[in-house]
Parts: sequence; C-alpha cells; structure tokens
Amino acid sequence: MSLATKYPMEVEQILSKYPPEGRRSAVMPLLFLAQREEGYVNKAAMQDIAKILEITETDVASIIRFYTLYHDKKEGRYRMQVCTDLPCALRGAEEFMEAVCDRLGLNVGETTADGFLTLEAVTCLAACDKAPMFQTQGPDGLKYHENMNVDKTVDLIATLKRKS
Amino acid sequence: MAYILLRHRDIPDLNKFDVYQKNGGFAAFKNSVTNKKPSEVTDVVKNSGLRGRGGAGFPTGMKWSFIDNKNWPHYVVANADESEPGTFKDREIMEGNPFQFLEGLALASYAVGANVAYVYLRGEFWELGTALDQKIAEMEEAGYLGEKLFGTDYSLRIYTHLGAGAYICGEETALLESLEGKRGQPRVRPPFPPSFGLYGKPTIINNVETFTNVPMILANGAEWYKSIGTNDSAGVKIFSLSGRVRKPGNYELPFGTTFRDLIYKHGGGVQDSRAVKAIMPAGASSSLIPVNDNVLDTPMDYATVRTLGADLGSASIIVIDDTVSMKWLVNKTVHFFNHESCGKCTPCREGTYWMSHITERIQHDGSSGDVDLLLNVAKQMQGKCLCALGEFSTMAVVTGIERFPQDFNKL
Repeated sequence: MSLATKYPMEVEQILSKYPPEGRRSAVMPLLFLAQREEGYVNKAAMQDIAKILEITETDVASIIRFYTLYHDKKEGRYRMQVCTDLPCALRGAEEFMEAVCDRLGLNVGETTADGFLTLEAVTCLAACDKAPMFQTQGPDGLKYHENMNVDKTVDLIATLKRKS
Repeated sequence: MAYILLRHRDIPDLNKFDVYQKNGGFAAFKNSVTNKKPSEVTDVVKNSGLRGRGGAGFPTGMKWSFIDNKNWPHYVVANADESEPGTFKDREIMEGNPFQFLEGLALASYAVGANVAYVYLRGEFWELGTALDQKIAEMEEAGYLGEKLFGTDYSLRIYTHLGAGAYICGEETALLESLEGKRGQPRVRPPFPPSFGLYGKPTIINNVETFTNVPMILANGAEWYKSIGTNDSAGVKIFSLSGRVRKPGNYELPFGTTFRDLIYKHGGGVQDSRAVKAIMPAGASSSLIPVNDNVLDTPMDYATVRTLGADLGSASIIVIDDTVSMKWLVNKTVHFFNHESCGKCTPCREGTYWMSHITERIQHDGSSGDVDLLLNVAKQMQGKCLCALGEFSTMAVVTGIERFPQDFNKL
C-alpha cells in the first residue's frame, strides 16, 4: 500500500511545508513516515517515495545510507542507541556500555535473541550533563533516557516489552 | 543578574503561551512589524554587537545586511542541529523558552523580508520538534504567525524540519543541502547563503541561541546589550559545561567570566577534587588548552581565548582532569570525526579514516613512529578541507601531541 494511501493526511501535510520547487525536501519526513511501523524502509517504500517526489530510487537509497537514523534492514523492534562519545565517556559511558553488554549478553551492534532490542553505539546526543544516557528508536518514535544505570536500563526494557 | 536567555529558570512555565505573553512576550515582534522598517531591526541587532552563537561568532547584524535584495524570495533558517560533543544549550532553550527563540526567528524573518522560515532540528530532537509544532500552532492561532500580521502586509510562516543523524548538517551549507532533500554535504563557498541559500535563494541561517537574544535586544535596546559582556564579545553566552566537573550543565553568564569561575564557582569544581589537566572550550572541535592558573583566570570571550591557542567556538567547555590520557581522548575525537565525515572532499574523507587507524594503534601498542605519522597526516589535512569538520578534526590531534608529548611517549 502506498504511503499516500496509508497516511493521506500526513503525506499532504508534509508536502505542504515546502514550495513546489522544493518538493524534494519532503524526502526526509517521508522516510520517517515509511519507517514508522517496521523500523526500516523497505524497497516498496523506497520506490513509492521516489515516485511521489519524482526522484530516482538510487537518490532515496543514498539518503537512507547517509543518515544514522534511517535504516534499510529490519533489526530489533527497539534500537537502544548509547552515546559513547567523549563527554559521556568522561562520565562513565564506556563502563555503562560494557555493563549493558554483559547483562544483555550482546556485543554492540547485535540484537537480542527474541528480536526485541538492537544495541548500538552512537555519537553525541546533546545530553552530556546527564551521562550515562541513550535514546530508544522504536514504534513510539525517538525518546531520551538519561542518568541511566544498568538496573534502570533492564527495568526500561521490561516496561517496553510489556507495552508492546 | 536576571536571565536573558534561560528565563524559564526565573519564570516557571515560560514555555506555555499564556505565561510567555504575560511576561512581555511577542511585544518586540508586534512593535517591530507595526512600527519599524525591516532595516531598522537589522540596525539595532548590528549595533548591539551580537555575534553568532553556533561557533563561528560572526557579527549577526552584518550577516543579515548581506542578504541579496535583488533576488527573491528570501528565507530564514534556524540551525537547531546541535551536535557538537559537549553542547546542549539549544536543547534547553527550545525546551524551556521556545517562544523567545521563535519570536527571535520571527524578528529576523521580518528584518530580512522572509515570509517563510524553517527550523532545522537534528533528528534526535524528535519530541522537541513535535512540541515546537504545537507552539507554532499556538502562535498562529493568536495571530502572531500567518497572513497579513497585525493588519500589515507582512506574512510569516514557520515550519520545522527534522534531520536524521548527521553532525555535518550543522555546517550551514550542508544543512541547506539536507533541507533540500539531498545528502548533507557542504557546498563550495562562495557563494554564501545570503546570496545563494535555500533552493538557491538568499537565506539567513543562524543558531538557535543567536535568535533567542534578538527579542530582548529589540525590547531593551542595543546599548543595553553592549553594556553586558566585553568589548570584543557583547552580551551573555550559555556555556555548556561537561566532563569531569561535579555539576555539569548549562550556565548563562556574561562574556568575560573566567574559566575559574565557570568551573569552580558554578560547576562545583572537579570530581574527586582532582586537578584540571586540560580544557576543550569548543567541544570536540577544540584545541586542547593545557591548564595553569593563568589559563583559569583568563576571561572567556572570542578574542581572549584565542590568545590561549584555542577558539571559544560554541563555548562547549569539556573539562579534562589528570586521570585522562590524551592518547585515549584523541582516539575518541578522531573516531567521532571519521564517523561524521560526509565523504565529499578527499583530505577529510581519507585523512580522518587514516588518522582513526593510527590513533587506534597508538591506544594499544603504538610506537613513536606512529605518533609522527599521525601528526604528519593531520598537518597535511590542514588548510585543505572543504569545510571546518575536516579542519577541526586535526585540532585535538595536533595540540594533543604538541602540548602533551608525555601522553604520547614522546619525550
């Protein structure tokens, strides 16, 4: 089902933000829309977006691959993106990441056996005063979880599982 | 001193429309649109001495005056891509005092004759973007945005646009490329955005904090703003303090405040009462300043920090204590820049890649040959990159090796 059929109001609203000569700008919000349900942009959605904006599928693919938050592969239902950049690392982020890997039995980049959670390391999330921290990217969008420790993380994952 | 930017710390619920309006909100915008010519607004900002708060410190009023009045339409874009490690000030502004930021954006739009403005937010500020959409809707409902405002001919609409995870999109021309729906890669400059910007039209881009100053400057006057801070750098700055301090956070202080006051008086000093080894004043894009009493007592403004062999940049002050090895630190910053390099220009694409291999090796068992090689690669990149990302990726490397040779086994 095309995006325009599935989300007519949202597609209309997105396109209305940009002038006719700037229609291509809509590719970014449209990709977030396409990614909403399954956490990644499938080939059909890529073709659909290319058609709406009159650009090539290669154009769309190159944008997906350029940006960290777009995905073209299905992974965990939630992505847990931990900042391990310099300011967070100065406040225990690397130790936190190690402890999380230990507790979940995962290496960075891997997904839990039940397919629920993928663990990723990301660059600065503008929360340097609240380290250790991470964001989750999932069906409910992008959310920050700050001043975290391993126990709070495990609790959060349990909560997310219950709500799913 | 009362807050000028982080006014929500003085006034609870300032992010609610009614509270903002009750506390003088939107008066500057309404007054300017009904009683001032656009060029008068630009003149006030020029005379105030306001400089860009995103890191480059370019005089704001001057930038606005560069807009090409022979080419239309005009656009204004707010750079809310806040991605420099150690920076989290724009986030607090947009969470706590969003209407002052939006009013500043509206004032700038009026000043340069733009009827459409965009707020480009980094994708991770998803929830902030949703909240801002709501604030914009409230302004529209109250007649502060929309068609023919206050009975004049001036119309203005503001839209948000989310990025999707790319530090390079904080570079103004890469931001424009991204906003246009392409990969966020910087353009060759000149031409600069005031002549050739969004969709090829004249565009003013400023940082969120820069815009947030504008309503207060219009309300209280250029002389008032100039009386705060220093001769070189007027006004206040939000210093994002992070690293090994007891109380990391945003601190809004007048320019001229010393590092010592920021770190010890406001930041609670260093964890475990350790000594400060180095300061990175501009986040990961910094040169490393080796710390001594003279450095700590240096007043922070754009010109004076330069005398310490560094740039104040976005004033994202990362404090490094004596437990930190510069070998480890430089490995971290280089990996960051390598990951974020857009790939367009060869010196940065190749340089950050090779630097990251060498810093990784040095971390584990490097020899002094490796350190010389790293310095060599970094110096070959300098002065040759298409944008500041590549240039700044070399700063911590070169200053780390030259100013902290003992950390690199180079004695």
